Amino acid sequence: MTEHVKARKLFEGEITRKAILESFKKLGPLHMIKNPVMFTVYVGSILTTGLWLQALTGKGEAASGFIFAVSLWLWFTVIFANFAEAMAEGRGKAQADTLRKSRQEVKAKKLAKAEKDAKQTEILSGDLRKGDLILVEAGDFIAADGEAVVGIAMVDESAITGESAPVVRESGGDRSAVTGGTRVISDWLIVRVSSNPGESFLDRMISMVEGAKRQKTPNEIALNILLAALTIVFLIVCATLLPFSIYSVVASGAGKAVTVTVLAALFVCLAPTTIGGLLSAIGIAGMDRMIQANVIAMSGRAVEAAGDVDMLLLDKTGTITLGNRQATEFIPASDVDVKELAEAAQLSSLADETPEGRSIVVLAKEKYGLRGQEIHDLKATFVPFTAQTRMSGVDIGKRSIRKGAAESIEAYVKDQGGKYPEDVRRGVDSISRLGGTPLVVAQGKEVLGVIHLKDIVKGGIQERFAELRRMGIKTVMITGDNPLTAAAIAAEAGVDDFLAQATPEAKLKLIREAQAGGRLVAMAGDGTNDAPALAQADVAVAMNTGTQAAKEAGNMVDLDSNPTKLIEVVKIGKQLLMTRGSLTTFSIANDIAKYFAIIPAAFAVTYPELNALNIMRLATPQSAILSAVIFNAVIIVFLVPLALKGVKYRPASASHLLQRNFLVYGVGGLVVPFVGIKIIDLILVGLGLV
Amino acid sequence: MTANQWMQIIAYFVVLLVLAIPLGSYMAKVYENKPFFLSKWFGWLEKLIYRVCGVKAKQEMDWKGYALAMLLFNIVGGLILYAMERLQASLPLNPAGQSAVPPDLAFNTAISFITNTNWQFYGGETTMSYFTQMAGLAVHNFLCAASGMATLMALIRGVIRKETKFLGNFWVDMTRGTLYILLPLSLSFTVILIQQGCPQTFANTATATLVQPTSYDQPVTNAQGAPVTGKDGKPQMTHVTVTEQPISLGPVASQEAIKMLGTNGGGYFNVNSAHPYENPTPFTDFLELLAILLIPAALCFTFGAMVKDSRQGWAILAAMFLLLAPMMYLCGQQEQSGNPLLNKLTVGAHGEALGDGNMEGKETRFGIAGSIIWASVTTAASNGSVNSMHDSFTPLGGLVPMWMIMLGEVSFGGVGSGLYGMLAFVILAVFVAGLMVGRTPEYLGKKIQTYEMKMASIMILIPPLLVLVCTAVAVATGGAGTNNPGAHGFSELLYAFDSQSNNNGSAFAGLSGNTLYDLMGGAAMWFGRFWLAIPVLAMAGSLAQKKVVPESAGTLPTHTVLFVVMLTSTVIIVGALTFFPALALGPIVEHLKMIHP
Repeated sequence: MTEHVKARKLFEGEITRKAILESFKKLGPLHMIKNPVMFTVYVGSILTTGLWLQALTGKGEAASGFIFAVSLWLWFTVIFANFAEAMAEGRGKAQADTLRKSRQEVKAKKLAKAEKDAKQTEILSGDLRKGDLILVEAGDFIAADGEAVVGIAMVDESAITGESAPVVRESGGDRSAVTGGTRVISDWLIVRVSSNPGESFLDRMISMVEGAKRQKTPNEIALNILLAALTIVFLIVCATLLPFSIYSVVASGAGKAVTVTVLAALFVCLAPTTIGGLLSAIGIAGMDRMIQANVIAMSGRAVEAAGDVDMLLLDKTGTITLGNRQATEFIPASDVDVKELAEAAQLSSLADETPEGRSIVVLAKEKYGLRGQEIHDLKATFVPFTAQTRMSGVDIGKRSIRKGAAESIEAYVKDQGGKYPEDVRRGVDSISRLGGTPLVVAQGKEVLGVIHLKDIVKGGIQERFAELRRMGIKTVMITGDNPLTAAAIAAEAGVDDFLAQATPEAKLKLIREAQAGGRLVAMAGDGTNDAPALAQADVAVAMNTGTQAAKEAGNMVDLDSNPTKLIEVVKIGKQLLMTRGSLTTFSIANDIAKYFAIIPAAFAVTYPELNALNIMRLATPQSAILSAVIFNAVIIVFLVPLALKGVKYRPASASHLLQRNFLVYGVGGLVVPFVGIKIIDLILVGLGLV
Repeated sequence: MTANQWMQIIAYFVVLLVLAIPLGSYMAKVYENKPFFLSKWFGWLEKLIYRVCGVKAKQEMDWKGYALAMLLFNIVGGLILYAMERLQASLPLNPAGQSAVPPDLAFNTAISFITNTNWQFYGGETTMSYFTQMAGLAVHNFLCAASGMATLMALIRGVIRKETKFLGNFWVDMTRGTLYILLPLSLSFTVILIQQGCPQTFANTATATLVQPTSYDQPVTNAQGAPVTGKDGKPQMTHVTVTEQPISLGPVASQEAIKMLGTNGGGYFNVNSAHPYENPTPFTDFLELLAILLIPAALCFTFGAMVKDSRQGWAILAAMFLLLAPMMYLCGQQEQSGNPLLNKLTVGAHGEALGDGNMEGKETRFGIAGSIIWASVTTAASNGSVNSMHDSFTPLGGLVPMWMIMLGEVSFGGVGSGLYGMLAFVILAVFVAGLMVGRTPEYLGKKIQTYEMKMASIMILIPPLLVLVCTAVAVATGGAGTNNPGAHGFSELLYAFDSQSNNNGSAFAGLSGNTLYDLMGGAAMWFGRFWLAIPVLAMAGSLAQKKVVPESAGTLPTHTVLFVVMLTSTVIIVGALTFFPALALGPIVEHLKMIHP
């Protein structure tokens, strides 16, 4: 699987600086109210600030220094949470900017109508509108996303995909989509522009990352409800503690009632501020991780759904097998020596840089000891493959060798008055039946035989499928092959199931049936005929090289056009949910320790006996309360990296993952604050602050 | 704890399990409308009931219809009960001539009995006529239990059905639950109780002449019931000599059986199951204890059978047991250790220490073991009957029943309501656990989404809200009626509203009622019951409409030890986080003061 993840340093100076500024800007009440948990902290901060001002006048409920310290740290809690969100947004923006920069303004030849000779006007790519027609000739950059309407050309898409081999783009069919920023290297195309400036996928993504359009995902909403409920519980716990405390003072005849400052501090410590403060950062970071994997998700909902996927539809070619088939056998015509065929095949492929061509050279060398020769030494002329002829070959002196699809060679041979032998036709048929691709080789008007190009299952793919099975995800291979061939490849690759002779209708039916059975289906596709299935699938990754229809139907676009990326998409989705769940557990588990710090301190004067609960042996009631509040604020900052990077994910069964995360974040969440609060208390005492 | 206590506890749980397993699968048959021996014999009666009441048994209801039927039924029942209490002086079967129950008390009691709480701000033998006890209170003991089970069944059907909005027919569930489960069990139990010595009679109070007259001084009270002070500033006293003792009787056995089986707990007599006529022998004590947890435990197996995965039922039962067992141990250990201040005193005739644990407020017939098992079991389930006075327990011993109620009555809990309350916690645990494994949480194939979380959150939010707010109002208005000063008085108030909000009904004794407490408690019981039952049905309706997600390795298993631990910790943490401050100011500080005087 390709590693396109561009590692970004966690705290880049520029992003961090902006984020710090942003965290103060976010203090406006209109922004704060969007996050109910943090809003309550915000109100607590304002309340304690008021109490501090009151204390300054000498009528305060406690020492003004103490109230000030509590108030200050409550403000920090709010600011730290804002910082986490600003960091996530900043990183997303930086990522988007990098992508945006990769697109340069180029000049385009705008045509009046879809004819090559039509009137041309020079125009900047930024001024192109949807529906404009542009002519792109060899050497030109394609100025905008669009669809080829006339012509056929080889296009270098390495700028986007990183693949050096050029691809064919032609009008009509599944290979008509072209992407802005790629370059035509042979022939020409007339392209109809498919998006206005600012409406391309990139632009949509940028606006999403920039926060304005980010909508809460279903699980995020459900979690928000839980957090809000917990917040209400703690609000009531703290509010009722005041009458309880007053009653206790009367009952025990000692001390005085607990102060509002302490109650506000207790409330903020108990409220799930850790997860509440990091929640939106986690969501944004999830989208950001998708972008780092070169996948643009159309919505956060799609990212989240990716984690739930339990069925993957994978195209055989390019995903399960190497996109390029490899030569495995030479089958000579009845009166031809196999060595002669091998030699001719090798010669014709010497200059053929495609993986298929190379594999023919290698096979001839390995099987028949034919050493590859330099094309210059032979004084040969190489005849390249073109989309029209559908064959390639070499001319050495009088020998002209051609290899290509059976029909093309048949036509080529017959043109020269040659015969197309029956046994070669049979060989071609049997190879096709096995799911292989036959390449016929001819010298002059004589057909020499057939090369068997076979699907090669990708190395390591079997382990990936085993991994997916452990995660509880069923894999289904989609192929146009006949069932026999499909079964053979499916068994070799280790997929759970396959759909052979797949038609668009069959694919759609398969997805609908799986969904009716309660499954969530993910698939990758590129062709127009994939579009209905993509639209039906819950997670649909369209290849960037695919047709416009496919891209419209999908809810994610993979810029690398790598169908294996589906597996990574699932991983990122799961990681997003896991990060939320783990931090929620951590946040709630933290509360136990905070109680042991604050309750004995809050009632120290009423019930000194409660000091028995001060198991951390915190120095004074003030230091205990301050330490808990400081811990509560600082832990947010400490967890920002985790929120941005996501918790560690290894493919494993659900119970295994739960066990691990329960231990790390549940039990860890119970223990960590005991240690943290004690350390902060020691520091406060050491600095003489309390 | 002593070996005797261990043996009693182990014997209790073993026998409970042996009885609960077959009962559980029997109840599954009842609610799945499958044929069984009783339905063959009494099917005609069931059909007759439907015909008389005009119930269309085949017509199922969606969640709103089901909830409406359930609410209407309980409201009308409550109104009838209220009227009965108010009019009892002119109704038959009132040999002792009990007068009308005051309005606030009648209100509190009516709600108390329709909500399966059975909180009693009154003494049964001195307030209620035989008619009110039998036709009012005992009848509602059946109906509210059946209503709780019906609500649970709607939820279970929501879990197992797919893509439908129908949850069953409330009237059918009520009828079958009463006719085939509660009535046969109660009838058998009543017969045993009568054989063991429980009265079952309409005869008036008997009077016994004392062999040895007793006399004592009693303060003189004025018209308002306040003590009158003499010229020397001391309360005026009058000398009273007692030669006769009235012995209250009535239809006790029939009410006792359903009181235990339906997790109702409202005693016929003021002292509840500590009274020899409610609980005559150690054998009835053991049977009554079993009756408390029998149906709540069996419902776990019913659940397992209905979802076609018995492991799910076992997992929930295991979690319930894990919540109860350590607390039962703590209670026993504390009561057996007794009060260190008293233990030091040499009070015996020969200078020996008091020792042997805390026997204050306990029946000598049952001893410490019998009392602590009862105290923890009756509060784990929302039964609320008592055979000892929880107020007299050691501080931490008394914390145990208080804590068991604070958990929200989900460790066994009330019949039906306990399991549906626990399932709300299951949904909460599944939600957090589901996120931790990276998938939209699901339980038994049903996705847990926003709507379910809303409902589960309401269910988890309501009880603590009621407990804390009512207690806060009570202490803010001065905390009248407490029997003890200081932290213990606070515990009495906290316990009273804890018990009512969670529909338990046991009392910490000591606290006397007044109009404010009657009304506030009534409201707490009402909301504590129905503001949980309605979200349960809403959730059931939403779950029933969902598809079932097929199980895979990515599915979070909900029957494993790990999940049981997770569920147990969720219940404990929610309870602890909500009530730790209140407990610290009540029993915990009381305990600390006791050990560090």
